[in-house]
Amino acid sequence: MLRYLLLLVALLLPLNSFAITPEEVMKSSQAAFLYPGKDFKARVVMRLVSKSGSERARELTMLRKNYGETGGDQKYFMYFLRPADVKDMAFMVYKYPGKDDDRWLFVPALNMVRRIAAQDRRSSFVGSDFTYEDVSGRDIADDTHEITKEEKFGGSESYVVKSTPKAGDTDYGYKLSWIDKRTFLPLKEEYYDKRGTLYKVFTAEEIKEIKGFPTVVKRTMKNLQSGHSTETVFSKVDYNIGIEDSLFTERYLKQPPKKWLD
Amino acid sequence: MKRILHAFFILASCLTINAYAADYSVNGFVQGNYSFGTETSNPDGGDFKWAEERAQLKVEGAQEPVRLFLKADIAFDHIDNDAEVELREAYIDLTRERWDLRAGRQIITWGLGDLVFINDVFPKDYEAFFSGRPLEYLKKGVDAVKAGFYPDIASFELVVVPFFEPNNFPDANRFWMFDPMSSVTDRTEEEPASTLKNTEVALRVYRDIAGFDTSIYLYKGFHREPSMLPDSLSSPSRIDLIYSELAVYGISLQRSALDGVAGFEAGYYDSLDDRNGSDPLIPNSQTRFLLSYQRQLIEDLSVTFQYYGEYMHDYSEYERTRVVSFPKKARYRDLTTLRLTYLLLHQNLRVQWFSFWSPADRDYLFNPEAKYNFSDNFWAALGANIFGGQEDTTQFGSLDRNDNLYMQARYEF
Repeated sequence: MLRYLLLLVALLLPLNSFAITPEEVMKSSQAAFLYPGKDFKARVVMRLVSKSGSERARELTMLRKNYGETGGDQKYFMYFLRPADVKDMAFMVYKYPGKDDDRWLFVPALNMVRRIAAQDRRSSFVGSDFTYEDVSGRDIADDTHEITKEEKFGGSESYVVKSTPKAGDTDYGYKLSWIDKRTFLPLKEEYYDKRGTLYKVFTAEEIKEIKGFPTVVKRTMKNLQSGHSTETVFSKVDYNIGIEDSLFTERYLKQPPKKWLD
Repeated sequence: MKRILHAFFILASCLTINAYAADYSVNGFVQGNYSFGTETSNPDGGDFKWAEERAQLKVEGAQEPVRLFLKADIAFDHIDNDAEVELREAYIDLTRERWDLRAGRQIITWGLGDLVFINDVFPKDYEAFFSGRPLEYLKKGVDAVKAGFYPDIASFELVVVPFFEPNNFPDANRFWMFDPMSSVTDRTEEEPASTLKNTEVALRVYRDIAGFDTSIYLYKGFHREPSMLPDSLSSPSRIDLIYSELAVYGISLQRSALDGVAGFEAGYYDSLDDRNGSDPLIPNSQTRFLLSYQRQLIEDLSVTFQYYGEYMHDYSEYERTRVVSFPKKARYRDLTTLRLTYLLLHQNLRVQWFSFWSPADRDYLFNPEAKYNFSDNFWAALGANIFGGQEDTTQFGSLDRNDNLYMQARYEF
């Protein structure tokens, strides 16, 4: 009897110790994708390409600082360089889990800081195919998660997680994410509409390790319905650079310090 | 003084190019801006409220801790057939860890109103706004020194303005406006002299208090809208336009609330030259306040609603002493604004509605506009200003015959 029990325990042990819940996969993915380092800096170039092939560009410097644990508060600072009509605009976001962001915009021509309403994180980010949520993350508790399978994707062992929004007012029905088992970065995401048709695809096209943090430096979001797509390239990426708390204030929104903007 | 300023900036620009050549940038635009009166011809017979081509050059140079900025326009006006050079902004910044300084011509915007100003006591160009020029031309620069102090307890902005700059109102040749003494054409404008005593001082203290962006404002200076001082009330032959003394004490609060952003701003306009309200030619003191609410209705569609009120103090004194030939002001005047902004086609098309409507005056200004970005460098906007009201003596009612259709097109580099 004892022998059988031991055998049973031996059988269950590795399974128990290695089994990972879908929430844990998503939490690790959030940590790897949106929270690495104490702070982060990148030059972001977005290429917006329409179905007919016409292109628009957006270029900005993005700074982020974490406050507390993964999934906790974050502050973002974005400083626009292109196109010309938004040059020198600056945008500041205080992101809180489970509650609306606080957002401020600086309009240089009027030397004016405006607070802007921000309850819809599914809105397009600067006209691109990415949403605010794609840039700064979505609360894990907003969806139910399920590991549908594990498979090799682009040479990496990955979990395939199906995330279904709990609230019905989201623009998609569910999302499938291919999460790399090693780095926990999302390699691909498929968005399905409420009728179950695939309509938007995210692809991590290039991953580089920077200061020990695997970083998606090139990503694409393609809208299959409109044919519009956005490619985002990060350059000058750096982590743990010591961004001060004072940066995320009206003072620096109006006069962004040059040292962070290169 | 102007000469000193010019010399200063020429010197500054030389410095920029020579010493700081490593870190400077040049940007700008060329623009066409035309506004056609749709209601009737202008008082001088013309049909255009605005017709010009304009080029702007922005030069910036920086070498920590100093930064220089220059924004200058050159424009050709087809209505008066003349060219003008305008120094929009020209200043030097000095930035330290706990304080900074900006000296020179600069645009300052305070308060949280959307085209309604209480604690933004800095000069405006209403002609630009009513003629369909790009919104940035609503603000005029001031020649001032601004100092910022940033201790942990709060942030402080202190502005000292030695040279008075009035608001700019529409040109009487181009705009039909109400004038209670239109027969008197002999007028002299008397701006406050640039003396130490007349130096304007404005202070703003701000910080976060329980999630509210909170500011306190103090200002001592002048009304920027002139008062008419006729040489005689019964048979005037000459009018002096003067700017009476004003102090403003105010506050503003803003935070996320009710699935949007809610704001409150108030100010007491202390009319220093007429504190008891008995001088009929100088504005009485007032309390002004503003409630605002902004939210996103659906993706890329946002709405802002504002309610503004101004209450005249010492109203009985005003009633007792007022000039009968001037239209009677109400004790309380209110104004609402509505802004709807819809971004379409990957935010390349912006369709916008802005309106003023005053329940007290029963007058309005409607301003619909569509702006399209043809490329990353070229955009054009088409819009209209539609004025009206029950009386022809109120702010927008008096502009009733000035409806215009405008076009702005800009290439940026």
